Amino acid sequence: MSRIRWNCEDALSETERVGMISVEGSDWEMSGKQEQGEQLIMGSDRAHLNKVKVAEFHKRIKEAFEVFDHESNNTVDVREIGTIVRSLGCCPSEGELHDLLAEVEEEEPTGYIRYEKFLPVMTKVLLEERYRPIPDDVLLQAFETLDSAKRGFLTKDELVKYMTEEGEPFSQEEMEEMLSAAVDPESNLIHYKDYVTTMVVDDN
Amino acid sequence: MGCGNSALNSKKSEKVLKAALVIQNWYRGYRARLRARLQYAVAIFESIEYADEQSQMQLSDFFSFMLENYTQIHKDDPELSNQLLENAKDRQEYLGLIEVPDSYDGPRLHFPFNFTDIALLIDAFKHQKTLHAYYVLEVLFETKKLLKQRPNFTHLKTSASKGLTICGDLHGKLDDLLLIFYKNGLPSENNPYLFNGDFVDRGRYSMEVLMILLVSFLVYPKDIHLNRGNHEDFMMNMRYGFTKEILNKYKIHGKKILQTLEELYTWIPIGSIIDNEILVIHGGISESTDLNLLHRIERHKMKSVLLPPLAGSSIEPEKKKAGAIILSGGVPSKDSSSDQLSKHEWEQIIDILWSDPRGTKGCFPNTGRGGGCYFGPDISTSILNKYHLKKIIRSHECKPEGYEICHDGKVITVFSASNYYEEGSNRGAYIRLAYGMDLEFFQHQVTTSTCYQPLHQRVNVMESSAIRILKERIIARKTDLTHAFQVRDHSKSGKLSVTQWAFSMESILGLNLPWRTLSMHLVKVDKDGYADYMTSFQDIRIEKPVKEAESAIIETLYRYRTDLQIIFNIIDSDRSGQISMEEFRKMWKLFSSHYNVQIHDSQIDELANTMDLNKDGSIDFNEFLKAFYVVHKYEKDNISNTKHSRYQ
Repeated sequence: MSRIRWNCEDALSETERVGMISVEGSDWEMSGKQEQGEQLIMGSDRAHLNKVKVAEFHKRIKEAFEVFDHESNNTVDVREIGTIVRSLGCCPSEGELHDLLAEVEEEEPTGYIRYEKFLPVMTKVLLEERYRPIPDDVLLQAFETLDSAKRGFLTKDELVKYMTEEGEPFSQEEMEEMLSAAVDPESNLIHYKDYVTTMVVDDN
Repeated sequence: MGCGNSALNSKKSEKVLKAALVIQNWYRGYRARLRARLQYAVAIFESIEYADEQSQMQLSDFFSFMLENYTQIHKDDPELSNQLLENAKDRQEYLGLIEVPDSYDGPRLHFPFNFTDIALLIDAFKHQKTLHAYYVLEVLFETKKLLKQRPNFTHLKTSASKGLTICGDLHGKLDDLLLIFYKNGLPSENNPYLFNGDFVDRGRYSMEVLMILLVSFLVYPKDIHLNRGNHEDFMMNMRYGFTKEILNKYKIHGKKILQTLEELYTWIPIGSIIDNEILVIHGGISESTDLNLLHRIERHKMKSVLLPPLAGSSIEPEKKKAGAIILSGGVPSKDSSSDQLSKHEWEQIIDILWSDPRGTKGCFPNTGRGGGCYFGPDISTSILNKYHLKKIIRSHECKPEGYEICHDGKVITVFSASNYYEEGSNRGAYIRLAYGMDLEFFQHQVTTSTCYQPLHQRVNVMESSAIRILKERIIARKTDLTHAFQVRDHSKSGKLSVTQWAFSMESILGLNLPWRTLSMHLVKVDKDGYADYMTSFQDIRIEKPVKEAESAIIETLYRYRTDLQIIFNIIDSDRSGQISMEEFRKMWKLFSSHYNVQIHDSQIDELANTMDLNKDGSIDFNEFLKAFYVVHKYEKDNISNTKHSRYQ
């Protein structure tokens, strides 16, 4: 499976970029990557803010994990990891998720992921702001790209073809779910502009 | 030309690939967030359900406390309940007194029943008819008579030509039962069924479900089998809706029906064993489960989970008689020890009806429910080996797919009530089995619409329902919560960090919920991440029946209203719906000391005096408790009582 790395840094607004805090000197290994135009905060203030941020992340990660921990024994089914990571606001591709799983699985995979392994890895993901979500306009552009004839809609068959044959194909369940909300039952078409607008509102 | 075109094509297809990836990536993220929201809603429902069950333990302790310390209420009427019990036994006499009017347009059954009566019932219930009390009582009496002859465990055999269908919890969901009959066929000699408990409570058609099951049993007694569930218990019914349903549908004869039902429950078999291989019970097992003992005990002495045997009851019969409250259906006889099971026996049954399987090894008290235990895979293996059995089929827990297999295939949960928490929350399922063949699972889901609702709609429905119920819990603790918030608000700004808000919520409500994630639904949070904590109470209030009463009292009474209802029902042995002021005061004193409730006696007196509207010295407690209901700000009708009957 080919992996295509794309970035949407150009989509980030100036204000967002300026607000980033450097995470050098933290307890975890960082890649040392520095974003352009970030502000550097001096010494102990930086360390303190870092601690506060990490504490925040820990609480959020704990809650997201626990709600899927059906046995209350600090483990979740490996198949729920994708949902947990995404519920924390990240948008990894399937390939990226696969790599992440490799970091949190046991030496001998048991089908379960332990919280102790998940927490540091996920904290790092949040600190690095990895797997950033796709901005709405980029999403809309993607639909427009698929609609080569610029009709303002896609037919159900077209969408199914693209989603199940290109990129990281949908499973049947994923496809059916998407169709159930996206297809206008009268015309059997997907008016993607309306669709994107409604979905975005609902997601927030 | 070839070269140029292919370069263009590959650029185009790379664009398409990128676009597809963007959409797929976005959709998967969106879908995951919806599923997480769904899971949060389920967590709320489950946590509240188990918190309710847990508080049962407190109630049960209170009853024991009451029985040991409370003096007789009806000093002048010791024979009263004796008389009541005698009357209960005389079926013919009672039925002879009831007349079914000509104007009755519901189903008319003809005893002895046959398959046409089953069809008649089903058709009538589909058309929203209510079965007349005469027939209800007839069915109950006849069923009780038949069940009395049955052993504690039903032993069944299946074959390739005659399989068996096992259904789990139905909880008064008539639609699910009818859907199962539609898919799987009506019960008959060639289509046997086993119903694994919890036929009633929570759903609105418990009586109809029960009637169909019992009439089917009377028509095909060799092929329809019933196991007792933890809700086949007259005290559970008081709390979880069936008692209310009966009193609403049967205003004249409701009390008689309740009395008969109370006894009938105790005769329902504890479990079943199929082909000497499969144990079918409602809840589960414990490490000390003794099937031989369970086969021998007098099961009808197990009245309710809330009535454990008194400590030392067999040793000091005299003392118990003097201090006894006359409970409905339970008479302090000359030899009171014969009335009750031993503690060990009682616990054995509780384990069967209340336990849940878990992944952790060992056996632990079931703190979630307050009764039974959590049993691990090693317990299942050892008990199954001990009795040369292969599998356990049980119910008792709602599962998203209607069934679940655990403990390495040894323990199977089957739950037949779909949409248990809310529309769209879960599927229901049933099992078909035949000797020598694999188990087959069938799923279903009741829906009012003709096509499957899209995910975001289902999530919205579940989420708003869960939040609504949670807010009712929050408003019931307003005084305590406000205090907890203010203690942490050093600057008196009216704001706390979300963390502090979450901590306060958990410390008072103790529901073990992801408060930070839920905060956006429950309180106003500004862009700096600070919660305006008093907005936690803004959309909802408890309706004050009496203007002068303090909020703290109102909240306490609202919170404990179900428990109080049960207690009052017990004291009110003649079932008149009224208790005297004296009884009420005595009751309240005991209650407040045992539950550690900080309300002064004089405040309760004042309240009681105000409620005694006709000033005759007695209180209609149903009216008293009904007066405390919750008003949701944006609702057209304020009837949270009926809408959430499953939580009462």
